[in-house]
Amino acid sequence: MSRLTSGGQIDRTQPLRFSFDGKSLAGFKGDTLASALLANDIRLVGRSFKYHRPRGILSAGSEEPNALMQLGLGDQTTPNVRATTQELYEGLIAASQNRFPSLAFDLLSVNDLMAPFFGAGFYYKTFMWPKSFWEKVYEPFIRRAAGLGRLSGKADRALYDKAFAHCDLLVIGGGPAGLMAALTGARGGLDVILADEDFAFGGRLNSETVEIAGQPGAGWAAQVAAELAGMANVRLMPRTTVTGAYDGGTYAALQRVSHHLADPADHLPLETFWRIAARRTILAGGAIERPIAFANNDRPGVMMASAVRSYANRFAVLPGQRISLFTNNDDGHRTALDLLRLGADIATVVDTRSDVVAMGDYPLITGGQVTGTSGRLGLKSITVSRASGTLKVATDCLAVSGGWNPSVHLTCHMNGRPVWREDIAAFVPADNAIPGMRVAGAANGDFSTHAALSAGAEAAAEVLGDLGKTAPATVIPAAEDAPIRLEPFWHVTGSKGRAWLDLQNDVTTKDVALAHRENFRSVEHMKRYTTLGMATDQGKTSNVGGLAVMADLTQRSIPETGTTTFRPPYSPVALGALGAHGAGKDFAPSRYLPSDALARELGAHFIEMGVWYRPSLFPQPGETHWRQTCDREMRMVRSTVGITDITPFGKIDVQGADAAVLLDLVYANTMSSLKQGRVRYGVMLREDGMALDDGTCARLGEDHFVLTTTAGAASDVFAHLEFCTQVLRPELDVQFFSVTDQWAQFSIAGPRSRELVSGLCDEDISNERIPYMACAEVTIGGIGCRLFRISFSGERSYEIAIPARYGEALARELGQRAAALGGGWYGLEALNALRIEKGYLTHAEMTGQYTADALGIGGMVSAKKDCIGKVLSQRSALVGPGKMELIGLKPVSPLKQFSGGAFLFSQGARQVLGNEEGHVTSHCHSPSLDHVIAMAFLRDGRSRLGEHIIMKDNARGIEAVCEVCAMVHVDPDGERLHG
Amino acid sequence: MRIDCPNCGSRDRREFQYLGTAVLMDRPAPDAGEQAFVEYVYFRENPAGAHRELWLHEMGCRSWIVAERNMGSHEFASTRLAADVKRGAK
Repeated sequence: MSRLTSGGQIDRTQPLRFSFDGKSLAGFKGDTLASALLANDIRLVGRSFKYHRPRGILSAGSEEPNALMQLGLGDQTTPNVRATTQELYEGLIAASQNRFPSLAFDLLSVNDLMAPFFGAGFYYKTFMWPKSFWEKVYEPFIRRAAGLGRLSGKADRALYDKAFAHCDLLVIGGGPAGLMAALTGARGGLDVILADEDFAFGGRLNSETVEIAGQPGAGWAAQVAAELAGMANVRLMPRTTVTGAYDGGTYAALQRVSHHLADPADHLPLETFWRIAARRTILAGGAIERPIAFANNDRPGVMMASAVRSYANRFAVLPGQRISLFTNNDDGHRTALDLLRLGADIATVVDTRSDVVAMGDYPLITGGQVTGTSGRLGLKSITVSRASGTLKVATDCLAVSGGWNPSVHLTCHMNGRPVWREDIAAFVPADNAIPGMRVAGAANGDFSTHAALSAGAEAAAEVLGDLGKTAPATVIPAAEDAPIRLEPFWHVTGSKGRAWLDLQNDVTTKDVALAHRENFRSVEHMKRYTTLGMATDQGKTSNVGGLAVMADLTQRSIPETGTTTFRPPYSPVALGALGAHGAGKDFAPSRYLPSDALARELGAHFIEMGVWYRPSLFPQPGETHWRQTCDREMRMVRSTVGITDITPFGKIDVQGADAAVLLDLVYANTMSSLKQGRVRYGVMLREDGMALDDGTCARLGEDHFVLTTTAGAASDVFAHLEFCTQVLRPELDVQFFSVTDQWAQFSIAGPRSRELVSGLCDEDISNERIPYMACAEVTIGGIGCRLFRISFSGERSYEIAIPARYGEALARELGQRAAALGGGWYGLEALNALRIEKGYLTHAEMTGQYTADALGIGGMVSAKKDCIGKVLSQRSALVGPGKMELIGLKPVSPLKQFSGGAFLFSQGARQVLGNEEGHVTSHCHSPSLDHVIAMAFLRDGRSRLGEHIIMKDNARGIEAVCEVCAMVHVDPDGERLHG
Repeated sequence: MRIDCPNCGSRDRREFQYLGTAVLMDRPAPDAGEQAFVEYVYFRENPAGAHRELWLHEMGCRSWIVAERNMGSHEFASTRLAADVKRGAK
């Protein structure tokens, strides 16, 4: 065991059991999966993406490229979990990825021997022929061989949530800079959110031995976090990664709510996706240590120096028995000192600089480079070159430090390009890269603890000033302020073997050289050609290194070569979290009719129409096919009486002295001339001349109208009216409101409809008082209702609107009365077929692509007044020869069914795209005619009545000769409507 | 993105529906001719800078709003109720 007997921030009183690749292991509360694996001397944790190289833990944070795990079992398994960020819990089950049959013996490691063939861009060159092999052979092979974890292939049953938060100040990162910023801001009276991806606040303070105000840094961090937790104006969000910066001070953040719990409560989501609106932001996301590339630098046991300090200081684990260091800066030496203090054996410290001396009692090689390593499944030795020659050093852990890259990621999300700072040899955020954001601490290149504390306090004081508050007097606690001493050094050249840059995507310095040779030299081209920086870690440890290698090859400086950029998300976000409450029934609201319960009692079949659940059929015993039910319901309406719930039709109540003026503007036909107590059919156009919607307009009073719209267009029409009254004609004295939900509405249609309705209403509804297209306010059982004599079936028909709370009671009453007359309920199938028999329009015809003229209602566009869309509806191309016109179709010889969307061709014409002359929009079987009928658009259709044309549906393989006919198939003179 | 609704204050962009240029406020006179309407309906400037445009606070107070937004930076310079702007223009 590599666990130290004391120290660290693990809780030795809470031992935990977990398993890795089926092996049961022990750890402690406060461990990550990575620290617990290292404590169990497990160094080999995964196989690489492309070459299946054995890999170990590199880092101790979210930048980890290697230690990706498959967590959990069965359909709840999660792939690509970074062991370095996963908190350990009792019973955690982890498995390594991308290996078969086992981690130590992986068959596909043969890929590594084939590496000469698998360089950058190999698939562009290798798998070119024969063409058919790509889909059948090459791609399946590559997909099997390459890859990370695997999905379960089953539905994700986990609960995800989404949430919104608002604050004055969002502090991203809870290290010394972030804690100081949050504390200063909160003490100054700001509403503060402090988010950190770790489960403990403190950032590097938890991993270092620095002191703040005379106490250990980790203790100071815990103390500040406790003070913040006690403040009402502070929300602490541990385990929360701010993943993206967006316009107007909005940020996306992923909170891991229950990934760390052995037995989470049922109500807890796995993750919550936050949208945070912040007036100001302080980015204090710290920095990420960068590796140095050298031959075979990917062996398990080669780690970042900062990670070695994290495991030693925070988790009390020594990652090796005999540890060596390779550094170009003082951090390597600090690591050696920390390790010595913990009793570790230091093999050697290799420093690329010549002018340094050891800071303690450890062997130091100055002006040296690590030129190679050995140990197939774990590091055994390193080869060191220096001026005096080469030597081999036995070691099982090599800690590498190439300096630090500030975490500039979020500052790139709105096109900010980081700028190069020569003195620290690193990119820092551009000024004002994100409006409202300040950057403090290591994220800004201020690496010492003192600098971080000061910068955090200062940034918060500036924010307080911005927001009109007074900054509290702040004492910066005493802390180290060591200068950066670093000699830029990126990669060891001239040694044998591959030197890895991007460990997750298996990109080496040779791949960058290949990109250079083949002239993919711009940073963006190099990235895409080699895939460097394109894995789930987005090149957190590799981008700058790749840039440096390209700079060397092109003999330019790094800033001349290019800059690095990062896109959201900072770390991967599960689609389940992004789509929280957007799956299944949560995708859209479900709306139910007032008569829904009754329809279900009657055994109706339902379909979803937009957000509404509407009955399509009311089958009766013995009916085995939908057509039987539909035909019976249609015959019932045409012979006795049928009732149907039409509540979803949009209803808009319009009132005011200028109501009629507005309606004349929005309807193509004139509504101001409509008499009180009358209803008129109307059509609205868009300004481009195309039909927007049709419906009815009833005038209940001089200044009071009620409009109906198609169910699907209700919200569009309403917004259109708002546009006309607010944007075009705000001077009009008119108010309107959607009353779709306030009124339940039923259609009672058929020859016996008046019998039914007259028994129901308290008033006289004789044909004299309520003729066709009349409306009136009536009472039913003392309830004020509205009665409209309008029809969508071609039969004598009434619509009754009743306040919605009485809708179900009225539905039951209507049903009983209809049954007594030999009628009953009908569904959407019959409703639709009845309207097709009569040539009435729906949005199958009114798609937004056709004018009123094309729809056969061009005559409704009033010549006497202006209306929206009038001018452009008369453009020459829309009124000239060859325009589309809606017509009816009937089969010439027996036809089973028309085909919606099928093309129409002239007889003898070649049936190819471009020759089509129209298409079928709606079709049904007409029981009245006992054959199928359709509506269709056809070029110059109205002048082609009687012509035989071809209907062709290539998708369904249907071809039939049809006759062009009038749209109205039943009662063409409309006699049944009247009387 | 956040939008300042003159009635409701700063709100998430998702509450709003975008329509397009505020040129749509100036509907040509009925007798202005076909070309005037073609330009009104179809012809648009696409400046990499300041742009006056119409938004509907659809999931809020349902006001049409005239916003001045920088199309490069997405920064809003101002937001006013379209009805107020239109009345003021008269």
